[in-house]
Amino acid sequence: MATDEITVKAAGKRPEPRLTGSVGRRRPTLDRRYLPVLGTLVVLALMLIIGGARYENFLTGRVMANLLINNSFLIVLAVGMTFVILTGGIDLSVGAVVALSTCLSAWMFLHGWPAYVTIPAAVLVGTLIGWVIGVMVHVFEIQPFIATLAAMFLARGLCYVIAPESIPITDPTIVKLSETRWGTDNGLVITPSGLIALAVVVIAFVTLHYTRFGRTVYAIGGSEQSARLMGLPVARTKVLVYVISGTCAGLGGLLFAIFARSGYSLTGVGMELDAIAAVVIGGTLLTGGSGFVLGSVLGVLVLGLIQTIITFEGTLSSWWTKIVIGALLLIFVILQRLLIVRRR
Amino acid sequence: MTGLAQLTRHRLFWPIVALVVLLLASTLKSHTFLEITVRDGHLYGAPIDIVRRSSITLLVALGMTLVIATRGIDLSVGAVMAIAGAVTLTQIASSPDPGAISTVALAMLTGLAVCLAIGVFNGFLVAVLGIQPIIATLVIMTAGRGIAMLITGGQITTVTSAPYKTLASGYWLGLPVAALIAGFFFAAVAFVTRRTALGVLIESVGINPTASRLAGVRARTIIWTVYVLCALFACIAGFLQSSNIMAADSNNAGLFIELDAILAVVIGGTSLAGGKFSLTGTLVGVLVLTTLTLSITVLGIPVNAVSLFKALVVIVVCLLQSPVVQHKLRARRRQAAPVPVEVPA
Amino acid sequence: MTVPTPSPIVQMSGISIAFPGVKALDGVDFRLFPGEVHALMGENGAGKSTLIKALTGVYGIDSGRIVVGGVEQVFSGPAAAQAAGVSTVYQEVNLTDNLSVAENVMLGHEVRRFGLVDWRATRKAARTYLEALNLDIDPRSSLSSHSLAVQQLVAISRAMVVDAQVLILDEPTSSLDSDEVARLFDVIRTLRERGVAILFVSHFLDQVYAISDRITVLRNGALVGEYRPAELPRVELVGKMIGRALEVLTELEGSTERVVVDRSGTPLLQAIGVGRRGSIEPFDLDVYPGEIVGLAGLLGSGRTELARLLYGADHADTGETIVGGVSTKLRNPRAGLSRSIAFSSESRKTEGIIGDLTVRENIVLGLQAERGWLRRVPKKKADEVVSHYIEALGVRPANPDAIAGNLSGGNQQKVLLARWLATAPKLLILDEPTRGIDVGAKAEIQKLVADLAAQGMSVVFISAELDEVLRLSHRIAVLRDRRKVAELVNSDDVTTDVVVDLIASGGTSA
Repeated sequence: MATDEITVKAAGKRPEPRLTGSVGRRRPTLDRRYLPVLGTLVVLALMLIIGGARYENFLTGRVMANLLINNSFLIVLAVGMTFVILTGGIDLSVGAVVALSTCLSAWMFLHGWPAYVTIPAAVLVGTLIGWVIGVMVHVFEIQPFIATLAAMFLARGLCYVIAPESIPITDPTIVKLSETRWGTDNGLVITPSGLIALAVVVIAFVTLHYTRFGRTVYAIGGSEQSARLMGLPVARTKVLVYVISGTCAGLGGLLFAIFARSGYSLTGVGMELDAIAAVVIGGTLLTGGSGFVLGSVLGVLVLGLIQTIITFEGTLSSWWTKIVIGALLLIFVILQRLLIVRRR
Repeated sequence: MTGLAQLTRHRLFWPIVALVVLLLASTLKSHTFLEITVRDGHLYGAPIDIVRRSSITLLVALGMTLVIATRGIDLSVGAVMAIAGAVTLTQIASSPDPGAISTVALAMLTGLAVCLAIGVFNGFLVAVLGIQPIIATLVIMTAGRGIAMLITGGQITTVTSAPYKTLASGYWLGLPVAALIAGFFFAAVAFVTRRTALGVLIESVGINPTASRLAGVRARTIIWTVYVLCALFACIAGFLQSSNIMAADSNNAGLFIELDAILAVVIGGTSLAGGKFSLTGTLVGVLVLTTLTLSITVLGIPVNAVSLFKALVVIVVCLLQSPVVQHKLRARRRQAAPVPVEVPA
Repeated sequence: MTVPTPSPIVQMSGISIAFPGVKALDGVDFRLFPGEVHALMGENGAGKSTLIKALTGVYGIDSGRIVVGGVEQVFSGPAAAQAAGVSTVYQEVNLTDNLSVAENVMLGHEVRRFGLVDWRATRKAARTYLEALNLDIDPRSSLSSHSLAVQQLVAISRAMVVDAQVLILDEPTSSLDSDEVARLFDVIRTLRERGVAILFVSHFLDQVYAISDRITVLRNGALVGEYRPAELPRVELVGKMIGRALEVLTELEGSTERVVVDRSGTPLLQAIGVGRRGSIEPFDLDVYPGEIVGLAGLLGSGRTELARLLYGADHADTGETIVGGVSTKLRNPRAGLSRSIAFSSESRKTEGIIGDLTVRENIVLGLQAERGWLRRVPKKKADEVVSHYIEALGVRPANPDAIAGNLSGGNQQKVLLARWLATAPKLLILDEPTRGIDVGAKAEIQKLVADLAAQGMSVVFISAELDEVLRLSHRIAVLRDRRKVAELVNSDDVTTDVVVDLIASGGTSA
């Protein structure tokens, strides 16, 4: 119990008038909050070492660059998901919103809309769905799980309506975006999508750690009740995290459209689970209030590396990806649990 | 308060209205919709079809209701269905006599054993290690289909086995066997939870786990049990599903069934926050979802829009059930009372 | 004492609030002056919390006027109230323990530069606010690393950030020990000197008299009156709060004749060197049939921990427990229950009542748990038990189908007692059964405990109020620093002073 510190003094000699905190219980130099992320970092390093030792051409600029480029949309999704999970919510709609965003952009290009209208529209459709979710969760007090589930059906349904069949994207801007590569000859390249993903990460980091909104996100995750009684703008913040997640999903959809150069209604089935898995593996607690956006990025990279290693291995069947991800999830969840138990 | 007002406040009022509206609309469009005919000694017709198609979701939703009542959630049910099909059909396919009842029974027992083990695993993570249910069951949800593919070697295993086919396509006393199986388990669970103290103990654990434990309730055992039961029912649903197509399709068996099941439970008025649960509500929820899918074809709405339509119904029902709207509806009838904001005294 | 300036900073007049079926506040007037500590008193359900929530905008009011600083106000919520200088510190510290102290103090008011939070300046500002309350802690440290008392002071620092003119303290002392209370009062006095108006709610009469300049009493949602502490003797205050003569209390005061407990036979329960690491050091304790053993000690002294080991709510690392002559391992609550031990926790809400279940289901729960899920308690028997205890304990409303969570604190406590009594325990462990419940219910519960012991039941009784422990117990075990330091047989010579000395000195007569 936390109170014994002072009780001890009370019973012994009269304490000094100044109240000091828990001096006797100096915290270890490393903040516990960073431990899960460090765990992820260790796993990532181990995978790189093992991969590097087993396969030639593994630790090359090309492979690492591809890891970032191929997962850029998932990074964006995981960043948005981190906001939601930090408040203690969950967003199951992101996979369907990615599909909606790609379908919408493909459909708009097909019908001759210019890129400067289509690209913002593809992102904003996510924003709009996020806002609808926020309103359902906040105003109508529908549980996030159900509200985002409904939004998932909604988005998926809209996909089938606007793009029953795959629509190829031939718009020059998208083609250019998907073909542009900056970098060196040894394969260390970056694409516009990769840059966008990195920019999103930086913006998210600054938002979470250097704005009042960001701190309110953490406070709500710690205790929504307290946040409300502390006079923080809980309502606005809760709606906003879903708007952010939706916007990220819309942007993720755009990146996917650039990646796949087509719009198809079955895109991104189950992608929300990848995003959630990445966030959890990245050390964010699903109960909210604890975690880092950089952790989520590491989580995505771990997921991507599993895929890469299995590809390199060649003989391993694709289903091992799922099994390994499941096993990793299990390990991380148990480790986090042990950390919490030890803190008590 | 008038009788009507009281009726609209009942938690099953709006779901039942939705069900009736769907049935009415379908009947108006196709006048024979509600007709039941007898063909070859079997009952045929849309209502029978609804009941038969509901059986898989009902089985899964049954277990889900119990899990949700303990404040939990089980995302792994779809994967469990896939594993059940994979294990059973692989064993039947590899046996010398796939048509023998003993082969089928033995294979189903193996499937059951594997699924029970998964239920025990889920329950262990939640009840003993205290991991959040959503994430604990996400593990099997992610890994499960991989495991199922591992078992089938990545193939879609098909079999020809008359006894196994009966599960989904057979009729008994004129009724579809699948519906009878689901109905049997529904009745069994309803009977057990309400005739023994299991129901109230599950609710008490869902409402306040700590207090329940201190009152001497075996909270851990009860939580563990509901996950095992949930896996068990998912397994049987997996049998029905694989029997329906006579194949184990690891990728698509029970895909998104967890979402349908959870929706059915929520539409049925059981709160995701745990506590009081209603099996009848879950049944209504499942019927709403199945009727919805069937009505869409009857009403001539393009199949593509099923998902959209589902979303709309779900949103409308959830909105009508939401505390805020309920309060507004009530306030219109009576003097407005202050909205009590939740602040502990 | 500062002389209040003539115009009140808060003036509430004719406030009425109705909830479905209840008139929570009925035309209540209340005023609060700058530079005073104003105590708001009343039993549970008198309307204290409702009045505070009306002032801070958590509840909307049906009629009446609220004037703050000369302006009529209808706050939309705590945020709006704070903006107008009205801050509240609640009983359960409402901060977020996943963040640092500095963040908790400054959340929503961080120092910003170019639109982004300047952490260095923010921490500096936080330190200034903390130091203003004589609180020397590292703003970077995590809030959860501090004791509840420190957290409470951090909450007050936070209230000061918004430049509060009105500070509402809702039962701030209920989980603090006396020393921590003294510290809190120092802070309150400092703030009073600065001209802050302080609204203070507490169940502890001593504290109210120690700090208040003015007392307002509410009863059943109506105003009884506003008084000066010097002009209102305690007995009168209690009388005004409960609105009836003090028969119940005095009756109990009179019943101090001590029954001699026969300690010649085997004890019902014998704990030998029972302990648990980090929780309580190994202790010995005997409880004889018909005996009430009181546990005295400060909060955090290990009294709850000891009780939990006796029941099996936590399991012991060391030692042996002998129940009825048989050595037993109490690994979990069921083990205690099956040996006819019952334990009623101090946290009624979180560890006692199952809120959404009915009174009936709550009462039968213990009995049912004992029988297991398969064998339901027969309806007839359940009906008998439930109606018997509702009647015997005077549970109000006397409706078995009422939702337990809606009952008042005292009635919830009675339901819990009924749950345990229904299991026919030989040993009843009561941890703070009278905390936070009104005076009338308190006296009834004390009387019940005395009666049960007279009928042969053993009782382990824990209370933060020494008076209560002394009045009821036959024997008293004294705890300090998670250790049992003394044990004494109760007699007229044993006074609160004696026990307080033992707690302070660490005991010599162990």
